[in-house]
Amino acid sequence: MPLDHQANQDEKDFRIVGQRPLRPDGIDKVTGRARFGADMTAPGMLIGRVLRSPHAHARIRSIDTSKALALPGVKAVVTRDDFGEVSEDLHDVLVNCMAQDKALYDGHAVAAVAAISASVARKALKLIEVDYEVLPHVTDVDEAMAADAPALYENAADESVPAGMSKNVVRRYEFGHGDVETGFAAADAVFEKSFKTEATHQGYIEPHACLATLGPDGQGDLWVCTQGHFAVRNVCAALLGMEVSHLRVTSSEIGGGFGGKTTVFIEPVALALSRKASRPVKMTMSREEVFRASGPTSSTSMDVKIGMNSDGRITAAFAELRYQGGAFVGSPVEFGAMSAFAPYDLEHAKTVGWDVVTNRPKQAAYRAPGAPMAAFAVESVIDELCKHFDLDPLEVRLKNASTDGSQASYGPKFGKIGLTATLEAAKNHPHYSAPLGPNQGRGVACGFWFNFGGQTCVSLNIQDDGTVGLSVGTPDIGGSRASMGQMAAEELGIPYEKVRTIVADTASLGYNDISEGSRVTFSSGMATIQAARDAIQELCSRAAQMWGIDEDAVVWEDGHAKPAGENAGKFDPMSLADIAAVAANTGGPIAGHAEINADGAGQSFATHMVDSEVDPETGRVKILRYTVFQDAGKAIHPSYVEGQFQGGAVQGIGWSLNEEYIYGEDGRLQNAGFLDYRIPVASDLPMIDTVIVEVPNPGHPYGVRGVGETSIVPPLAAIANSVSAAAGVRLTHLPMSPPRVQKAIKDAK
Amino acid sequence: MLITVKIWGSLKAAAGDQSEVQVEAKNIRQMLDRLGEAHPRLKPQLDRGVSVSVDGQIYRDAWFTPLKPENEIVLLPRLSGG
Repeated sequence: MPLDHQANQDEKDFRIVGQRPLRPDGIDKVTGRARFGADMTAPGMLIGRVLRSPHAHARIRSIDTSKALALPGVKAVVTRDDFGEVSEDLHDVLVNCMAQDKALYDGHAVAAVAAISASVARKALKLIEVDYEVLPHVTDVDEAMAADAPALYENAADESVPAGMSKNVVRRYEFGHGDVETGFAAADAVFEKSFKTEATHQGYIEPHACLATLGPDGQGDLWVCTQGHFAVRNVCAALLGMEVSHLRVTSSEIGGGFGGKTTVFIEPVALALSRKASRPVKMTMSREEVFRASGPTSSTSMDVKIGMNSDGRITAAFAELRYQGGAFVGSPVEFGAMSAFAPYDLEHAKTVGWDVVTNRPKQAAYRAPGAPMAAFAVESVIDELCKHFDLDPLEVRLKNASTDGSQASYGPKFGKIGLTATLEAAKNHPHYSAPLGPNQGRGVACGFWFNFGGQTCVSLNIQDDGTVGLSVGTPDIGGSRASMGQMAAEELGIPYEKVRTIVADTASLGYNDISEGSRVTFSSGMATIQAARDAIQELCSRAAQMWGIDEDAVVWEDGHAKPAGENAGKFDPMSLADIAAVAANTGGPIAGHAEINADGAGQSFATHMVDSEVDPETGRVKILRYTVFQDAGKAIHPSYVEGQFQGGAVQGIGWSLNEEYIYGEDGRLQNAGFLDYRIPVASDLPMIDTVIVEVPNPGHPYGVRGVGETSIVPPLAAIANSVSAAAGVRLTHLPMSPPRVQKAIKDAK
Repeated sequence: MLITVKIWGSLKAAAGDQSEVQVEAKNIRQMLDRLGEAHPRLKPQLDRGVSVSVDGQIYRDAWFTPLKPENEIVLLPRLSGG
């Protein structure tokens, strides 16, 4: 990036960055004024509903929609035939939105209707006749890898998969360096264990919802709850054969996403219905549909082998990871394989990942996709070795920790990173020395996530009263409107309250990548800073004109244009508001822009510490105390950073203890609702304590690192280590629900 | 100029069983083009998308990022997130 990054961000004297101003969306959200996906209406609006497969795997012989179309009040019915051919990279996206020749999982969309009311739409769905040929199914990853498993596809594997494997094995990944066998031979002890994790849903409170308008003139508008409205626009336009600029997409407020709203489900269907009916169509998923047909994360099966010397030094590490990603290629096993050993500086490391398809919904990204499961397996084996050698688990991690210049197990050498700082903070925290009672245990674990930047655009408009309108293109999923406002105010030297930040629609800015990859505060922040500097240059130019001096003779300090020195002349400083007030007379409106590809995202590490108590009779686990230590680089708005830390920990608690997709013998999901799929509620949780560590990222002008995903990487492992210590037996299968814990205790006796 | 590119394990077979390959390139775009030409079996993965680490900094789309012989250059799967 061409930005003149601070040589040493630690020493930058921030005025607004690092403060905790009130959140700009707070009033809207607590008063109900905020408009989410389902809150938009339009004149003449129809209601869309989807017919979903009741079978886990079935050939679709025919679909007869004639009776549904004849029902009074029904205005349109669509099936796969209403979409044209698409490019290979979008084929799976379309098939997931609307089945083609086969239903690939329970809940797979096969048709949709638009009607004048929800009740008419529901009646119409019952009139659609689908002739299915039910096929054998498979939902478990290990069973899907068996040679005789029912195959979803004939030829989905790429060149990486060796011949002779199950047709459900579609990709193989391998990372590492050194020679693990040499390393194992040099170890004082080598431990190997197998682990399983069940699929969990992102659990966002707001279901998918949108309002689509696509008229006979080919012009479309889409209001949608999403993490990436530019990506939604491009994908929907491609699926519907539209030109990109003919579809404008506006993102609503978002009631949680966590990666699950980075793709499309109902949006192209709503547009297709609207096009056919020539009326606006609103679609909202029910909670049951969210569970059955929007992305959970992968379920996994993993083997980890680690060698260690009696002094705690790891000599070699190997992991074989098997992730099922639902009915389509693309489980996050490659990221699991890349991140598994990233926290550790190892001479010999190797990971192998297998991507497997099953008759489940297509997995969608879930916060640091693929990493938490791998960390669970790796950190559990390290914990076992620490116990074997009677070593302090934090000291062992410090001894092996990746530091600046370490070669990561996935390839590159690390730049400036903060893992050691998080471990030191954990070691020195009072939590680590707090006493434990009977049936209680303490666990620690480390986690890593890559972070990235991506395409980003920002427009910053100086209004004539000296206030600032800041338009960003990344939906606000974690407080970014506040942090962007802070960075703009910091650069411009004006109060935070003078900046209003909005998320602009797709017609108003250039392309923005999705709000994913912990990239928003990093990349939109970088663009905001650049846009502010662009505006400052213009402000200085206007002042120079008014003073009749060279532009180079003007500097911007504390929100004012000033002569650069004695030689520049003697003029009273002009504030941003002074210059803005006469902008019409000095050249017109003043604005700053940035259209960038933000590179330089810094990797992020965390250490988590958990105390739990196990009831040996029932197997119930209670989390007693939880502390997160994570490197944020620079916390722009510490309250939001702490919120990200806490949110990751809480989702990790649910993943570890309760949440799981349960499939019956018939391949149908048995717990598609929050009564039977239990996410943690406030009464289940202690206060999650947080410690923000700041090791500035040299790739960002303020030192920012992404924080949104790393916080979910260590919890599964830290909680498993804690529960295993409390129960006196190693827990290897998540979630550690009461029956599993009870059985493990019983089996160990 | 001749640069050295590390590739991840599962691509080794496609690069003649090498974990490091050398190509003439001044920037990321040239590097990707030369890799595909020199090792056609890498092409499917290059077409699906990759990230490139240059001295520890990850680039996804920046074709014209300059490369020098002294850089540590690592080919990686295309990174995304949640």
